[in-house]
Amino acid sequence: MQTKDINENIAWAKINEDVLRSMENPRKGYWIAVAACIAMVMCAVLAEIYQYQVGMGPSNLNWPHMWDLYIATFVFWIGMSHSGTLLSAILHIIQADWRKPIYRFAEAMTTFSLMTAGLFPIIHLGRVWNMYWVLPYVSDRGIWPNFRSPLIWDAFAITTYLTSSALFLFIGMIPDLAICRDNARGWRQKLYTVLSLGWQGDDRQWRNFRKIYLLMACFLIPLAVSVHSIVSADFAMSIMPGWHITSFPPYFVAGALYSGCAAIITLFIILRYFFRFDEYMTIPILEKTCKLTFAIAMVWSYLTLIEFASVWYGHDMVAKESLLSRFYGPYAPFFWLMLFCGIVAPFALAIEKFRRHLPTMFVVSLVLNLGMWLERWMIVTPTLATSYYPFAFDTMWPSMVQWAIVFGSFGWFGLLFLIFVKVFPSVSMYEVKEMVFHRRHYHSADLATKFHRRASDREEAGEPSTEGAKS
Amino acid sequence: MSLKNILENWSHYRRGHEDGGHHDYEHMWGMAIDLNKCTGCNACSVACYAENNLPTVGKDRMRKGQGLHWLRMERYWDEPEMGGDEKEYQERGGSFLPMMCQHCNAATCEPVCPVAATYHTPDGLNAQVYNRCIGSRYCSNNCPYRLRYFNFYSYYEESWPEPLNMQLNPDLSVRDKGVMEKCTFCIQRIRTGKDTAQREGREVKDGDVVTACAQTCPTEAIVFGDLLDKDAQVTKLWKAQEVELGKTKQEKSNGELRGYRVLEGLNTDPCVMYMDRVREA
Repeated sequence: MQTKDINENIAWAKINEDVLRSMENPRKGYWIAVAACIAMVMCAVLAEIYQYQVGMGPSNLNWPHMWDLYIATFVFWIGMSHSGTLLSAILHIIQADWRKPIYRFAEAMTTFSLMTAGLFPIIHLGRVWNMYWVLPYVSDRGIWPNFRSPLIWDAFAITTYLTSSALFLFIGMIPDLAICRDNARGWRQKLYTVLSLGWQGDDRQWRNFRKIYLLMACFLIPLAVSVHSIVSADFAMSIMPGWHITSFPPYFVAGALYSGCAAIITLFIILRYFFRFDEYMTIPILEKTCKLTFAIAMVWSYLTLIEFASVWYGHDMVAKESLLSRFYGPYAPFFWLMLFCGIVAPFALAIEKFRRHLPTMFVVSLVLNLGMWLERWMIVTPTLATSYYPFAFDTMWPSMVQWAIVFGSFGWFGLLFLIFVKVFPSVSMYEVKEMVFHRRHYHSADLATKFHRRASDREEAGEPSTEGAKS
Repeated sequence: MSLKNILENWSHYRRGHEDGGHHDYEHMWGMAIDLNKCTGCNACSVACYAENNLPTVGKDRMRKGQGLHWLRMERYWDEPEMGGDEKEYQERGGSFLPMMCQHCNAATCEPVCPVAATYHTPDGLNAQVYNRCIGSRYCSNNCPYRLRYFNFYSYYEESWPEPLNMQLNPDLSVRDKGVMEKCTFCIQRIRTGKDTAQREGREVKDGDVVTACAQTCPTEAIVFGDLLDKDAQVTKLWKAQEVELGKTKQEKSNGELRGYRVLEGLNTDPCVMYMDRVREA
C-alpha cells in the first residue's frame, strides 16, 4: 500500500520531463474532448442567440420565477472557484506541503470557473447589451450604479476575485514558465519567454517571489471568503422567506469549498489517468484531499441543518411554509436528492477502501457536485415558488434554452481547462521539487510510515509525529 | 445618484424612510380601495391596459405566467374548511382584491436594483425608469406582493397590429423586451395634472389627478389622491379608518374599522389602503 505522499528518490530531470511531456503532443482523445466541449459551447451559444433575439420568454422564466437555473448555476460556478484558493493560499499558509503537486490545476480551475460564472449574470439579464451599466464607469450624465444593490457588490467582488486569482495563478507559475522556456522551441518559446518575465532563478528573484506569493495568499483568503459571502447576500439581503437567512454567508462559503474540493477530486483523477501523473498525484494525496472534503462536507451538512432549525424555531409562519414546501412541494424530489448527495454521499469519503479506489472516488465526487448544484437550484427556485403572496405561488420547470446554456457552461469550462493543460504545466514542477527535497532531507522512511499509520495497523504507540520539523 | 450628490448629501441621503427618506415629499400619492364596493368586474384592469399601453400576451403566455397586468384582479373563494360555511363556493360568491403596485415608502424593490432604475420620487411614487432598466429582475424577486412584471418578449407587433397601434397612449412609451414594469399610479396623468395646475398658477388640488382605474371603477371603490393634502378624499378615508403611514401595525380605537394595508408587517409601508369586505357570517 502506498503511504508516501511522494517518492523522495525521484530525479529532478524526471519531474521536468514528466510535466513537460504532458504539455506536448496531444493525442486523439484530447482532440475528441476539445471537439465535445466546443459542441457543448455551441449548444449554449445557439440557445443564447435565440434568447437574445426573442427575449427571456423561451427560457420559461415567468412571474414569479424571475430567476432560475442561470442564477443557480452562477452560484455553483462561483462556489467551484473557491477550492483553488483553499488549496493554494490556505494550505500554503498552514504549510501543508501535500498540496504542492495538485494546487496548480486547482488554481486554474478557480480562474476558469470564475470566467464561467461571470457569464451567467450577463446571460440572465433582460437587456444584455446594457450590462456595462452595472460598472461604475464615468458617465457624462453623472449616473452611477446603485451601490446598495448586492448585484453591484457581486460585480465588484467577482471582477476583483477574477483579477487576483488569475494573477496568483500566473505568479505561482513563473518559475515553471522559465523551465518551459528553457525546454521549448518555436511559438512556445516566444510565449514562455514573455510570460516568464526574465526569470533566472537567482537568489534575489526567489526572495521577491516568496514574498509576493505569500502576500497574494494572504490577500486572497479574505477575498475568497468575502466573494461568496457577497454572492450569498444576493439572497440574504432580500426580504424573501428562504432567502433572508443570516447564516447564508458561512453556509455559502462552506458549500463553495465543498463543491470545489469535490471538483478537485474529479480533475485529480482525470489528470492522473490521462497524463499518467501517478508519481505526483499519488493516492495518499488523494486521500488527504478526500479527508478535507469530508470535513468540509460535514460543516456544510451542519449548516444545512442549522438553516432548517433556525427557520423552524424562528416561528415565522411564512418562512416555515416556504421551508416545508421545499420538503413536500413540487421540487421535493430534487430537494431530497440534494440532501442525499450532499449529506449522505460524502460518508463514502470516510471509508478508506473507497478513498483509495479511483473509480469510486470519481463517481462520488461527481455525485457530490450534483448535490451542490441541486443545492443552489433548491435555494433559488422553491423560494420563488412559495413566498409571501399566495396568489403568486407557482411551479415552473426550466425550458431547454436554460438547460442548454447550463450544459454549455460545462463545455466552456472544460474547453478552457483543456487549453490550459496543454499550454501551461498543470503540475507545479518547482514546488514538487521542493517537496521531494524536503522529504529527502528531513524525513526518514520510518517517520513516513509512522505518520501514515492507520488505526487498523497493530503498532505500538510511538513518538508523536514530527513531520515537517527539522531533525 | 451622482458621486457629487452623495458626497454633499450623504447624511440627508441616508435618512430612513420614517423621516421621509431622502426627499422632502411634495406629494404622497396614495389610494384607498373599498372592497365592499368592489364587484370584481375587472373594468379597472381593462382601463389600465388601455391607459398604460399594456400588451395582451395571449392565452398561452398568460397561463405560463408571462402576462403583464399591472392591476390584477385577484379572486378568492372562501373554503368551508378555512372557516367559511357549508354553502357551495358559487353560492357564496368570491372575494376580489384589486392589486396594483403598492408604492411602498420603504420599497424592497428599490435598494436591490443594480442600476437604480427604480427609485423613489419626491411625489412618493415608486418610479420605474424603463430606459435605465437592464432586466436583472431582482426587484420582482424582492417584491413581497409580486407586483412587478417583466417583458419576456417584444410585443409591439403582435399585440397592436396595424391599425391597433393607433390606439396607443402617446403620453408614455411602449416597453420593449427585457424591461421590468409595474403600475405607476398613472404617472403621465399626475404629470399632466401638475402641469395644468402650474399653468393656472395654483396648487394641485384633490381631483386634479385621477388614475385610469379610479376613473373607470363603476362603483367608485378606488379613491386616489394626495395623502399630504389634508382635504383630499383619500386622506379623509385613511384618517377615518385610522390607518397611518410609517407603521407596521395599526392601532385602532374601534375593532369595526376595516382599513388595512397588505403585508404591512414587513415594514414596506405601502401607500394603498384596503377596506375589508364585510360579509354575512
